[in-house]
Amino acid sequence: MDVTSPRIRFLFGFLAVFLALIFATIVLALTTDDPLGAYYNVLIGSFGSMTKLSDVLVAWVPLLLATSGLLVTFTAGLWNIGIEGQITLGAIFTTAVIKALQGSDLPPEMVIFLSILSGALGGALWASAVGWLKIYGGVNEIFGGLGMNFVATALTLWLIFGPWKRPGIGSMSGTEPFNSIYWLPQIGDLRISWWSLGIGIAGIVLIYLLLNGTYFGLRLSAVGKNGKAAYLMGLPTTRYLMMSFLICGAFAGLAGAVQVTGVYHRLIPSISSGYGFLGLLVGMLVNYQAVWAAPVALFFAALNIGSIQLPIVMKLDSALSGVLQGALVLFVLLMNGVRQRLLGKQ
Amino acid sequence: MDEFILIGLAGVLASAGPVVFAAIGETITERAGVINLSVNGTILLSAMAGFAAALATDSTLAGFLVGALVGGLVALIVAFSSITLKQSQVAVGFVLALMCRDLAYFLGNPIMGESGPIVHALPVPVLSDIPIVGVLFFRHDLLVYASFLLIFVAQFWVFKTRPGLILQGIGERPAAAFVRGANVNRLRYVYCVVGGMLVGMAGPIYSLSVKAGWKGSISGLDGIGWIALAITIFGGWNPLRAAFGAYLFALLQWLGLVLQPSLPGIPSQVLQVAPFPLMILTLLLVNIGNTEWVDRTLAGLPESTRHFLARVLRAMRTSPPASLGVPFDSQ
Repeated sequence: MDVTSPRIRFLFGFLAVFLALIFATIVLALTTDDPLGAYYNVLIGSFGSMTKLSDVLVAWVPLLLATSGLLVTFTAGLWNIGIEGQITLGAIFTTAVIKALQGSDLPPEMVIFLSILSGALGGALWASAVGWLKIYGGVNEIFGGLGMNFVATALTLWLIFGPWKRPGIGSMSGTEPFNSIYWLPQIGDLRISWWSLGIGIAGIVLIYLLLNGTYFGLRLSAVGKNGKAAYLMGLPTTRYLMMSFLICGAFAGLAGAVQVTGVYHRLIPSISSGYGFLGLLVGMLVNYQAVWAAPVALFFAALNIGSIQLPIVMKLDSALSGVLQGALVLFVLLMNGVRQRLLGKQ
Repeated sequence: MDEFILIGLAGVLASAGPVVFAAIGETITERAGVINLSVNGTILLSAMAGFAAALATDSTLAGFLVGALVGGLVALIVAFSSITLKQSQVAVGFVLALMCRDLAYFLGNPIMGESGPIVHALPVPVLSDIPIVGVLFFRHDLLVYASFLLIFVAQFWVFKTRPGLILQGIGERPAAAFVRGANVNRLRYVYCVVGGMLVGMAGPIYSLSVKAGWKGSISGLDGIGWIALAITIFGGWNPLRAAFGAYLFALLQWLGLVLQPSLPGIPSQVLQVAPFPLMILTLLLVNIGNTEWVDRTLAGLPESTRHFLARVLRAMRTSPPASLGVPFDSQ
């Protein structure tokens, strides 16, 4: 048996998905008599109507943007766990620009454009802090990133309850919503916008081309695979690491900008919605390759939206989506290990 | 000393208890060369499972046993996938951190908000009547005493015993330890699971004592595991320093609450996370001595300044076990 052949790879992948489903079903069976009903509700809740489908796309765009950015840091061999904070900072910068320019003479389209651009800038800035800590401070990006995430959360809360609080009293519901002329235009009465869809799709295409079709991508993966060797070959490794942080941060910032201009139309405390961490899972599941990122992110987004049905219809917790997503990645990693072990035995 | 401050400080020692358990558990795991990144999920899942077990059996002991069991099991998955299957420890740990959290929320949904058994305070006779010291150290529950004890046992084990020396060896130079007869991978399994069980104790300490009950996503436990991981680094893989980090963190959080009324412009949520910038700064200070550019800069400075700076940096510096996260193959 040749365990490197595509057919065996596919078989192990299939087995991993199967095991993950069995695991999730056992977990479901512990809390309900009707596990299949739960899956059915998730399906109906995500693809059951045009409105649901558009809600899935609303979740898909920021998740895809986060994943796109993370593919760059993954390629550089970095674990950018600070992405949650980078999304948050993107949202903060976007909100700041709209707040500053609303009611000015600038056309609303211009204001939205500038705000999204500054969102990308905000994310990149926050990521650069993690990069600096890593490159010049020797602080592992996982821990620098975690710290920066908490700081970003604090900053959001301070803004919402302090300088940007609603007239009267600040509350967890966020800042005052913008006038609807500063929203990304929606498709009919659906919540999704052509613009955010366009940003998401353009983003992943761009990252695919960058990583698979340019010298930059090739060199970046050299840095990621063996930094020391790349350095000895004459590549300015620190510059490549910094660039990958900046690109990932900019994409994370875009995700935050879309959350503000296209979804919530204001700043709320948990504006990142956990899409950063989820993007890390998507990245692992697609084995750090851009090709499958879009469909897998769509599937994850569908699970997130579909499971909102569970507490409403079946009194189950919506965290089922996270259990299933985690189980999928875990079993894929485990099956990969088993396959490689068989390979080693040959 | 003011009664209010004294009771507040005693509260700091108690509320740091679970973080002490988690940070020391992770310290032991990482000393053996394994990173278990799942701490945040482990704490939530063991808090929920421990509470559920205590609720079902009306015994807090069962709760702690289940908590430790959950922690050990999660650690076993990390050990199996990284040591036996050679997968990335960071990847597996991170997935488990997220998945265990969601498992806790999902499975804990039916018992949310129920009131279950709690651990009662057990003042030590005689000692608890000593002024100041009595209030600070001897009027807690058993778990807080256990957290005090754990610090010294762990410190003694790692630095003063033969198995502790081997533990350091398998994290620093596994090949050398192997040549001297240590079964590196089996010991890594053992320490990873034991460390995981200690992390798993942190959960029920929350749900049966410090923050009694299970309230799902508003339990306020999400994030504590990541803090414990940061404290492990802050502590330089030294149990005593890790415990110090846990107390410092709890102290800062308490100060945030106490100072809140005198700082009306700052919302309490901000003060609650105030320790993090400080944490980043400390991480920077303990790590910066390891970077190349600092060495280069130092070399260019005049003799006297250089000696002084180098001493300061060396005093603060910590470096991880040399083989942390590196798989070991006896061939």
